[in-house]
Amino acid sequence: MTALVRPRVLPSSHASSRRRRGDPMRWVFFASFLVVTFALMLPVTIIVLTAFKPASEVNAFPPTLFPHQWTLSNFEAIFSELPFGRLILNSFGFAGGVTVFALVFDSLAAYALARLDFRGSRILLIVIIASLMIPFQATLIPIYQLVSQLGWVNTFAGLIAPRAADAFGIFFLRQFFVSLPRDLDNAARIDGASEWRVFRSIILPNAVPALLTLGIFLFVNNWNDLLWPLVFTTDQNMGTITSGLTLLTGPGGIIPQGVMMAGALIAVLPLAIMFLLVQRRFIESVASTGLK
Amino acid sequence: MTTQNLARPRRYRPPAQLGGRTPLNGTFKRRATIVGFLAPALIILGAFVAWPMISALQLSFTDASGFGTPEFVGLDNYVRVFTDSEILQSMGNTALYAVLFTPTAIVVALVLALVINSPRLPFRGFFRSTLFLPFIVSLAVAAFAWSYLLDPQIGLLNYWLQAVGIRIGNVLQDPALAMPTVVAVAVWKSFGFYMVIFLAGLQEIPTSLYEAAQLDGANGWKRFTNVTFPMLSNTMAFVVIVALIAALQAFDQIYVLTGGGPYRSTETIVMQIYQSGFKDLDLGFASALSYVLLIVTLLLSLVQFLFFGRRSKDINS
Repeated sequence: MTALVRPRVLPSSHASSRRRRGDPMRWVFFASFLVVTFALMLPVTIIVLTAFKPASEVNAFPPTLFPHQWTLSNFEAIFSELPFGRLILNSFGFAGGVTVFALVFDSLAAYALARLDFRGSRILLIVIIASLMIPFQATLIPIYQLVSQLGWVNTFAGLIAPRAADAFGIFFLRQFFVSLPRDLDNAARIDGASEWRVFRSIILPNAVPALLTLGIFLFVNNWNDLLWPLVFTTDQNMGTITSGLTLLTGPGGIIPQGVMMAGALIAVLPLAIMFLLVQRRFIESVASTGLK
Repeated sequence: MTTQNLARPRRYRPPAQLGGRTPLNGTFKRRATIVGFLAPALIILGAFVAWPMISALQLSFTDASGFGTPEFVGLDNYVRVFTDSEILQSMGNTALYAVLFTPTAIVVALVLALVINSPRLPFRGFFRSTLFLPFIVSLAVAAFAWSYLLDPQIGLLNYWLQAVGIRIGNVLQDPALAMPTVVAVAVWKSFGFYMVIFLAGLQEIPTSLYEAAQLDGANGWKRFTNVTFPMLSNTMAFVVIVALIAALQAFDQIYVLTGGGPYRSTETIVMQIYQSGFKDLDLGFASALSYVLLIVTLLLSLVQFLFFGRRSKDINS
């Protein structure tokens, strides 16, 4: 009945004329896709629900989805059995450190490539783009040798420094800076502003969306990285959540499943909160960084 | 002559007071500014990207082991890479992983993107966000969840499958099923990412094409094969290459779930680099293997680069 009152909109794309609120097929379609979505989210659901199950239920047969009795004992256990508070701090230190340094260094270099018209800038840009194609796994051994010669194994310096600038970030920000109108900064230059001032007061404030996008991308990638912290930290107290949890699980793991899921839930939580706060930007950022 | 010059896109040359380079303007101060902006990033990239590339190449021709002086061994390491049956097996495993992962991830992502893109679906934003969620879960954590779901004794998924008559046993200990399982975990973690890229591609297809197809009496499937699929070819090529490169670097969930087993059936190239380089300290050999990975990745990236030519066009902007 509402269909009569609502203004007729031209059916967009391949929507048929059946596209109306009362279309029962539409809700069947919705319901079946909802079931598919829930099924695909089963691993996430199992992490959340198992984290609150007591040990007896975690190992019970037949297994159940929901806990009968909700408990926080797994969370208590993970903090007492592992230096878990320390691992969380390390993850923030590592992922946060890489993000901050890389944003600063990448944006400086991107500014030079976008605005300071110097000899060889094109060649430098091409070299930087070419280096995008090098997988870090392939150069891990010499990087490790260098880090260990510097005495940086098991330090934040060793974890962060090799990633304190990255070719992708420079390229991504350079593309964004180039798209900003030159008139903005030229006006400031005529008023006698230095390049540093133009960069800080004009380019950076206008590039907040790009910086946020790159920041999210860097933080998520480093927070979730496993191989990097495995290689650069041998001391358990310097591991990240991702590497720390891994060392105690897997085949022959020594911590119970429920405790592991509590750890996994905590490992995902900061990213999940970030995701909930800025869903749209988050998805767009990952899509655009993937595409460029 | 003149028309040619006019047709060529002119590069922006700022006048001197706007920082343009003139003979009088190449002052020390200006150079110092340029160096100041570039130096931090270039020092990092030089030390941790450029130098390691050269160093890895050097190492790959030696018997470096972390102890004593490395000796030059010529192509020995490379010969071993291509003759050692275990290494050949890990290359085969990586290829199998790529062959299983790429089409599965793409089909899942594309189907979900098509459903979400349909205007008939209510709450599309909700589905997009929810289905993207696995992407923020690390592969290691995804692996924990899957190992618990698939546990032969207490795994919920295993139990449900048994209830409908499917016995999968202990998949992670089964040489035939371990590889499909680690692939499934990777597909689960990454389909949201490819789905979002496909959605962006789908939204760029002009609706007039669908309207024209509909007027011609094309049904849903015909519209997909004759409009959607061809119009999506660029996005598809991009996703295929990105997925292939990701597959070459498979490590995290394999390290957590199987450690390369059972019977080396999930041992991939990066697992082998980690084992040779950081466990066996066979640095020369691991470097040779790394270089093989590097070259295969570069070749794939080159295909992407040539196919799109997008980045090179962007440089001229």
